[in-house]
Amino acid sequence: MDWYPLWNSLRIALISGVIVFFTGIAAAYYISRLNRVVKGILDVILTLPLVLPPTVVGYFLLLFLGNRRPLGMWFFEHLGVRLVMTWYSGVFAAAAVAFPLMYRTARGAFESFDETLAFAGQTLGLSGTYIFWRIRMPACRQGILAGAVLAFARALGEYGATSMLAGYTPGRTATISTTVYQLWRTDQGDLAFRWVMVNMAISAAVLLAVNLLEQKSRDKRRERTGSGELSLPGGEG
Amino acid sequence: MSLYVDIRKDLGGFRLRVTFEAGQEVMGILGASGCGKSMTLCCIAGVEKPDWGRIVLDKTVWFDSERGINLPPQKRKAGLLFQNYALFPHMTVEQNLMTGLRAAERDQRKARAAAEEMMDRFCLTGLRRHRPPQLSGGQQQRAALARILLARPKVLMLDEPFSALDGYLRWKLEMELMDILGEFDGPTLFVSHNRDEIYRLCHRACVMDHGTSTPPSSVKAVFEKPQTLSACLISGCKNYSEAERDGGEGQGTRLYARDWGVSLDCGERVPKDAAYIGVRSHYIRLVRDGERKELLNSVECRICRIVEDVFHMIVMVRPLSAPFDSDRGQLRLEMPKTLWQEYAGQSQAKEGDTVWIRIAPEDILVLKM
Repeated sequence: MDWYPLWNSLRIALISGVIVFFTGIAAAYYISRLNRVVKGILDVILTLPLVLPPTVVGYFLLLFLGNRRPLGMWFFEHLGVRLVMTWYSGVFAAAAVAFPLMYRTARGAFESFDETLAFAGQTLGLSGTYIFWRIRMPACRQGILAGAVLAFARALGEYGATSMLAGYTPGRTATISTTVYQLWRTDQGDLAFRWVMVNMAISAAVLLAVNLLEQKSRDKRRERTGSGELSLPGGEG
Repeated sequence: MSLYVDIRKDLGGFRLRVTFEAGQEVMGILGASGCGKSMTLCCIAGVEKPDWGRIVLDKTVWFDSERGINLPPQKRKAGLLFQNYALFPHMTVEQNLMTGLRAAERDQRKARAAAEEMMDRFCLTGLRRHRPPQLSGGQQQRAALARILLARPKVLMLDEPFSALDGYLRWKLEMELMDILGEFDGPTLFVSHNRDEIYRLCHRACVMDHGTSTPPSSVKAVFEKPQTLSACLISGCKNYSEAERDGGEGQGTRLYARDWGVSLDCGERVPKDAAYIGVRSHYIRLVRDGERKELLNSVECRICRIVEDVFHMIVMVRPLSAPFDSDRGQLRLEMPKTLWQEYAGQSQAKEGDTVWIRIAPEDILVLKM
């Protein structure tokens, strides 16, 4: 069995996950501070990839990145780099499709953040960078982590846009999802089944990890409040 | 040290218009919730921006709309105790205190020592590894105050510091706060909707109503001689009526209370802009039949309701002359239970009976709009 699709899928999901993590947070942070009208418009644009069929997203990406399209042509002429039909084309496709998941969950977390905490930080003389990384992010970490996991899982399972941008070339652009389809189409059901099992195993592992993380933070919280009731040194009691 | 504030800000529903100057004292801002008190503090701290005005501490200009000056909150050093204390929930008590020192103390060793000392002073040493959700309301307040004081503020601002607490604990913390405020070197602003807290803790106070502040005066004057209807009501006065000058007898000292249908002598000349009359419920006396004739301002009323409160008797009466359509026609009287028992024992007064009450001229509050 050729393991290339597994390696390629993981690398695409990881790289696009990292890209989406930072761009999603940045977009969520700045957009949650805008006024209602601008926020509404930007929100629709940035969430569209979530509701559009992935093939439509792929179509739009090809409009810009295709070999004879503005961006694609510029990159090929100046840097000799093709943007489509390569393994990293899958990164573009997966990032575009996974971005709204990260952006929306992070924005929800930022919007429920108690702004008086940031105000308190400012009046204590703390810098904006400190407040963002040491107060806002930790306070919102659950939403942000949830968004990151969702985005990673979505990137891992991307098929529609990937098949349009990267196509299916065994050993070059094949991912798990495109491989399963190709194997099924060419009547190699047994092999397809094996890849299905691999995919299931990865997804189950991711979900298990998330549940364990949540369980851990819940235990921690219970432990905290529990001990708080038992002992109140120097307290009012 | 003195803090000068003169700001305007449009808050959608109403306009914030606050003007005062506070020296080395505790200055109270008394107002109902939603009147713009918290916004005022946020503007002074620099986390909100006024539309117009000036904020100056001694010779340092914090904000000046005409000169385009708006010092960031980090440079103002205004300690603000938020209503919910705003402790960072993911940090321990000790880490929370250390954030107050980040800007104030560069030397790590000195910072640790200062935090240690402050934890000692605020009885937080045993709680250093606890996180805010584990602390009681009082402990949270102490931690938040300690964090603020470590940042060495030049102005201290407290936004409804006791609203999240109740009963006994509230009083205990009030006593603690008195000590802390006594030691603080600089202007302190104390915001509350509770007139008793303001009266006990502040030297001077101003009253805020729908965003507009009255000029500050001593707390005694705020409560004994309120100038406007809103100031009168927020100071706890329960009885008021629309009023106009009564040109009839006397030397312009009489005021006609329209809602009660009576003319009352105020003891001194009534100013032209008098629009309301107010009387505190503790100051209205029940008089016995025999003595009423010699007394000024006695009014015949019917008892509508007798209510027993925890420590008082509340008697609701309606002057016989009050117009039928007036919904402010009732007066509230409050008196110690013993006094009521003495009176009721003699007169057998019950609901529905008529009684005479007396309002002394010196207890009448003549109010502007």
